Amino acid sequence: MSGLIVKKRVAVIGAGMTKFMRRAQETGKELAFEATKQALDSAGMRIEDVDAVALGSAPDAFDGVHMKGEYLLDGAGGWQKPYSRNFVGGGTGVFSAIHGWWHVASGLFDTCLVVAEEKMSSCLPHPQTAFLTIFDNMIERPLGPNLIWIFALEMQRYMQRHKIPKEQIAQVAVKNKRNALDHPSAQIARAVTLTDIMNSEVLAWPVQRLDISPVSDGACAILLASEDVARKITDSPVWIKGVGWNLDTTYWTNRDLYFPRYVANAARMAYDMAGITNPRKQIDFAEPYDPFDYKELHHMEGLLLCRKGEAPKLTAEGVTERDGKLPICPSGGLLGVGNPIAAAGLMKICELFWQLRGEAGKRQIPGDPRTAVAQAWGDLMQIGTVVVMQG
Amino acid sequence: MPFEPPGKALKEEEFDHNILTVSYQPKAKYAWATGVAIGRFLEGLKAGEILGTKCDHCGRIAVPPRVFCEWCFKRSGTWVQLPDTGTVNTFSVSYIATDTTRLKTPTIPAVIEIDTTGHAGLLHIIGEAKPEEVKIGMRVKAIWADPDKRKASITDIRYFRPIK
Amino acid sequence: MRMTTEYRAIEGDFPVHFRYTAGVAGERFLREIKDNARLVAARCNKCQLNYLPPRIYCERCMSKLEDYVQIENTGVIQSFTICTQDNEGNELPEPVNVAFVRFPSAHGGLIHTTKGEVCVGDKVRAVFKEKANRTGSILDIKYFEKAP
Repeated sequence: MSGLIVKKRVAVIGAGMTKFMRRAQETGKELAFEATKQALDSAGMRIEDVDAVALGSAPDAFDGVHMKGEYLLDGAGGWQKPYSRNFVGGGTGVFSAIHGWWHVASGLFDTCLVVAEEKMSSCLPHPQTAFLTIFDNMIERPLGPNLIWIFALEMQRYMQRHKIPKEQIAQVAVKNKRNALDHPSAQIARAVTLTDIMNSEVLAWPVQRLDISPVSDGACAILLASEDVARKITDSPVWIKGVGWNLDTTYWTNRDLYFPRYVANAARMAYDMAGITNPRKQIDFAEPYDPFDYKELHHMEGLLLCRKGEAPKLTAEGVTERDGKLPICPSGGLLGVGNPIAAAGLMKICELFWQLRGEAGKRQIPGDPRTAVAQAWGDLMQIGTVVVMQG
Repeated sequence: MPFEPPGKALKEEEFDHNILTVSYQPKAKYAWATGVAIGRFLEGLKAGEILGTKCDHCGRIAVPPRVFCEWCFKRSGTWVQLPDTGTVNTFSVSYIATDTTRLKTPTIPAVIEIDTTGHAGLLHIIGEAKPEEVKIGMRVKAIWADPDKRKASITDIRYFRPIK
Repeated sequence: MRMTTEYRAIEGDFPVHFRYTAGVAGERFLREIKDNARLVAARCNKCQLNYLPPRIYCERCMSKLEDYVQIENTGVIQSFTICTQDNEGNELPEPVNVAFVRFPSAHGGLIHTTKGEVCVGDKVRAVFKEKANRTGSILDIKYFEKAP
């Protein structure tokens, strides 16, 4: 990867998002439009200035429409444009930024709009039931699995391998839900205590109710531009310095779940491109994917920001608070802001954009953060998608 | 970003009563072909055997069996019969059923590394064990359904029981 | 060890159902049908277009649309077909005429059923259910019939 020649440097020049809500009145198209409009307005751009559109959305079965990419097109500014949709499960949101990056870095387009949308409230009785076929139809579904099993099995292995007490993991949920109090789009931000989490209903041990991010509707959008165009539009472009993505085998029962090696592979790809040789020192803050509290820790280690098993200790020491040495999920993450699958990942890219420009308001990390990493994860514990940005 | 981002959040009662909605029940039924590898695997279960495949190139034994090794991308052409014992790699104590309703008695799903394969695991259930007894590293053995009750399904193994 | 000799398939389904919200624009469109037996489109003043069905955005200029204008209930058949089978391939008891109707003041149109057969170019008007039977659905329009 070092020695890779990118035709055009790519900057993020605008961003926007809707509220993340348990159930929105807006249709998916309307959600996509609201986020797109915000992003265009934030950069002072018109849709005519957008050369291409890259949209990400997770399974069609959530919104319950066939060919969701095409369905969302008109709300996402894709009318009569080169438009394409990507889908890699939970990794979609961050992957969308990579998908958009190709469009500009290749020199094919000068500007690209990236949109991510999810409307999970359409799926009944619960979006989880649309997920069931993630388990092998033949040799796993007959056992009557619930989606939570996947997380519980991974969490258990991680906890046992490093002897992590549940309290240290629950601390992540406390931090993120509190951070989200400062996020205008947050769905369920509230100051929960460690006791609240430890007393919440056990779903599939070690997973308890408050360990999990909520099902949501929402959309995000960002605008990408090549260097020449970006410098004409803004004094503070935020550069995408590195991208990485990597997947592991679907035979998840043959893998050791205590460490997401595919996240590390994706991180190395992105860090290499960005010229980062010591992530722990060179990354100022990070937005790893946190659909469950233990996932933030799992992914901190996957992102090579600390040693295996060290993430819970850093959390306990306050290192990952907004005013700590390595802030993690200053946005409030999925746990605090909400989890409309694809939009949640792109929300993290938006957070990097706002933080690196000093526009994160009450969430702003002190000092002068310059380099950050966002990461998403998905499928059957299979994909890591990583983006490194620099202000 | 604006102080008040767009979006009209609805409460559950509003979703049910106040706004206009359309309901739809898709009629999606499937008949999934088991394929070459799983077809044979299921036949093996009916006969009371756990079968795996050995990669012609790197020699690793895979269960669930597959016709190709995804590590070295070569054929896994040799079938082997495996012991029906193994070690618990990870487990959970689940109080929620597949339809998200609550269970009174928890189910204990686990990934069980089948003996002699290295670390190849199978997803199954642990039975005849109290939740607090289950540990990672615990040794377990398959308890099979009666031969005339087997259906060439993963449930031909009723559950794995701790070896005491 | 011999290979499998039986062909086997495992049956299953997808145990979900859906409830779609009409959305912000859809809510307005269907309520006008329900309460007032009239059709409304959303106007983009910049592009000078009345979108039917209405939506909150103009797909051309991405302006936010907030003005609704009434459209006449009488339109023109743009295209049509006659269905003799249902979704699962079963014979319908009676053929169903389906048409795409355009309206002079609107950009776009509606798909609906017609009473009796029609030709391209025929003028047709919407026939609504009695108010008490209208629920805020596109089916509050019973059908389109040939207009004099």
